[in-house]
Amino acid sequence: MTTTERTPLKADYVPPQPSFLSRLFYRWPVKLAIIAIVVIWIIPTLGILISSFRPPALVETTGWWTVFTDLGSNEWTFSNYTNVLQSEGFGNSFLNSLSVTIPATVMPITIAAFAAYGFAWMDFPGRQWLFVLVVALLVIPLQMALIPLLRLYTTVNLNGTFPAVWLAHTGFGLPLAIYLLRNYIGSLPSSMMESADIDGASHFERFTKLVVPLSVPVLASFAIFQFLWVWNDLLVALVFLGGEPDVRVITLALNNLNGSRGQAWHLLTAGAFITMALPLVVFLSLQRYFVRGLTAGSVKG
Amino acid sequence: MAGIDQVTQEPEAQDHTPSHHEKPGPNFTTQLLRIGVSLAVPVIALGMLYWAGTVLLDENANRLLVVFVALIIGVLGVFALFYAMNWVVEKLPEHYQEYVRPFVFVGPALVLLGVFLVYPTVVTFKLSFQNAQGEGFVGLDNYVEIFTDSGTLEALRNSVLWVIIVPALAVGIGLTFAVLADKLGSKGEAFSKSFIFMPMAISFVGASIVWKFIYNFRPEGFGEQIGVLNGIWAGLGNEPVAWLLQEPWNNFYLMVILVWLQVGFAMVILSAGIKSVPEEIIEAGRIDGANEFQVFWKVIIPSISSTLVVVLTTIVITVWKVFDIVFVMTSGEFGTSVVAERMVTEFFTFGNDGKGAALAVVLLVAIIPLMWLNVKRFQAQEAQR
Repeated sequence: MTTTERTPLKADYVPPQPSFLSRLFYRWPVKLAIIAIVVIWIIPTLGILISSFRPPALVETTGWWTVFTDLGSNEWTFSNYTNVLQSEGFGNSFLNSLSVTIPATVMPITIAAFAAYGFAWMDFPGRQWLFVLVVALLVIPLQMALIPLLRLYTTVNLNGTFPAVWLAHTGFGLPLAIYLLRNYIGSLPSSMMESADIDGASHFERFTKLVVPLSVPVLASFAIFQFLWVWNDLLVALVFLGGEPDVRVITLALNNLNGSRGQAWHLLTAGAFITMALPLVVFLSLQRYFVRGLTAGSVKG
Repeated sequence: MAGIDQVTQEPEAQDHTPSHHEKPGPNFTTQLLRIGVSLAVPVIALGMLYWAGTVLLDENANRLLVVFVALIIGVLGVFALFYAMNWVVEKLPEHYQEYVRPFVFVGPALVLLGVFLVYPTVVTFKLSFQNAQGEGFVGLDNYVEIFTDSGTLEALRNSVLWVIIVPALAVGIGLTFAVLADKLGSKGEAFSKSFIFMPMAISFVGASIVWKFIYNFRPEGFGEQIGVLNGIWAGLGNEPVAWLLQEPWNNFYLMVILVWLQVGFAMVILSAGIKSVPEEIIEAGRIDGANEFQVFWKVIIPSISSTLVVVLTTIVITVWKVFDIVFVMTSGEFGTSVVAERMVTEFFTFGNDGKGAALAVVLLVAIIPLMWLNVKRFQAQEAQR
């Protein structure tokens, strides 16, 4: 994770140095408090991770924390994972989730990037209030769109297909995409755009040769947002794709497993960890872009 | 070509008046062309996707192939369509180009926003005045039912509690952690923050399972407790508790899950806010004899108040719309239902479109003040540009 540097002090200013005693009493409570919060925060995930590798008999009879206290009786196994992936259909659902997520992440980016350029650098009637509309649409509850869209999909026979979910996620993701990208693209120096104009570059050339290459960081930020959002979504997939094993996404598979075998914790923990694995990898490896996108979207300046 | 200066330096200017008086203004043909180029990309892309998703799937094609085709369409196909539209516009008579070209860029997005957000919103309003099948006109019946039926009233009460408690706790803990971590070295800070931040990658469903395990309950005499909470609780010599059945406290236990997920968000944004407070102001406070708590309350908090408002409103909106956690944990039973979850249950499980639509409208109407706040904030930012 990146931490933004503090505004530098004037060179001639020396902050007062705390004494050894005050440092001792000041530092340790801070460190202890941080460690306490961190421990509380990782215990839930740790419990799932450890349990998912324990044999069913042990998961059912002893708490997972006993692996630390009762070292002698520890046993480890991968069988929970193979069970969940094969007999419970999580392997297929994992592929379904990928099939939903990848196109639903990529599609809004192209469309939003063109729109963001238009809103930032082109002139057309209604430019101002149309963008205000986009800002307003940012907070529309998804629930508002479900019933009419389901009816629309039923009429055009799209219900329960991948394109139905791709398009729904594209539509729902567009306001944030346009908003983030337009703020970034609009802040590119206008002198640069003018000189491109003087050089005779059309809007289309300016967009593809100048703006897109410069906007890679913000495109990455949005891509991570959208990826996490689509992969983790339950509602859109439940309503538009449904629970048939051949199309069901992984969050729905986990929800169904919870419904049918709610006390089979060796399976539930493995299933939960499978749903988390990919977003955690994406998130931890691309955290920098994610944080940049978050702060750009929320903190002005 | 329209002047770029004019576009960027007069953000407060309302609708554009064409500055090129020598050219003919937009006419009927222009409007038709604008609509045409706006529609072309989404409609053709939909056709290609429909083919990729349904025809290929029907033929039992390899799923990876379908994804691959969808990707090709999603990236190259859509881009090629934009390119083609731009090419078409460039073949138009010169005076049309300027009026139509912006719609090559923004049109497809506007069409999609219209179909997937604006149109459904309007229809949902209409449906909320209709019966369960979405027919006839029943006036305010659905709304009267929502505000008199004890089930939905309970959901409303719970939603209000969620919206107050979760943002307060998430911001409180996030702010505390941001301030504490700021006092560590930069490596320790980044490292400890990662753990708090990590749950942001986890789905609401996954998080619900994670916490259902924490709250796991076995009656006494039915084996050892395997849930952490009862493990500790019973270890202290108490009777194990079925946490999720304890009305009304179970609502709070569900809220904890969302707090766990949202603290990371609050922490990251607030941490960036705290670091943007100039060190001079903080040192000036210390030199004036303020202790760390006074510096925090009298200097840092006032300086980041606008960031605090942003974080609070963002979390309030997330909390207000949360459906998955309640749906997975309790299905809204045992006095835990919330409005967003009721909406899906009414519409999807009970097939009551009218009542579902009315609940969706309640969700939207309650959010309108925040929407207005967002728009105002955006306009203030624009004025500063």
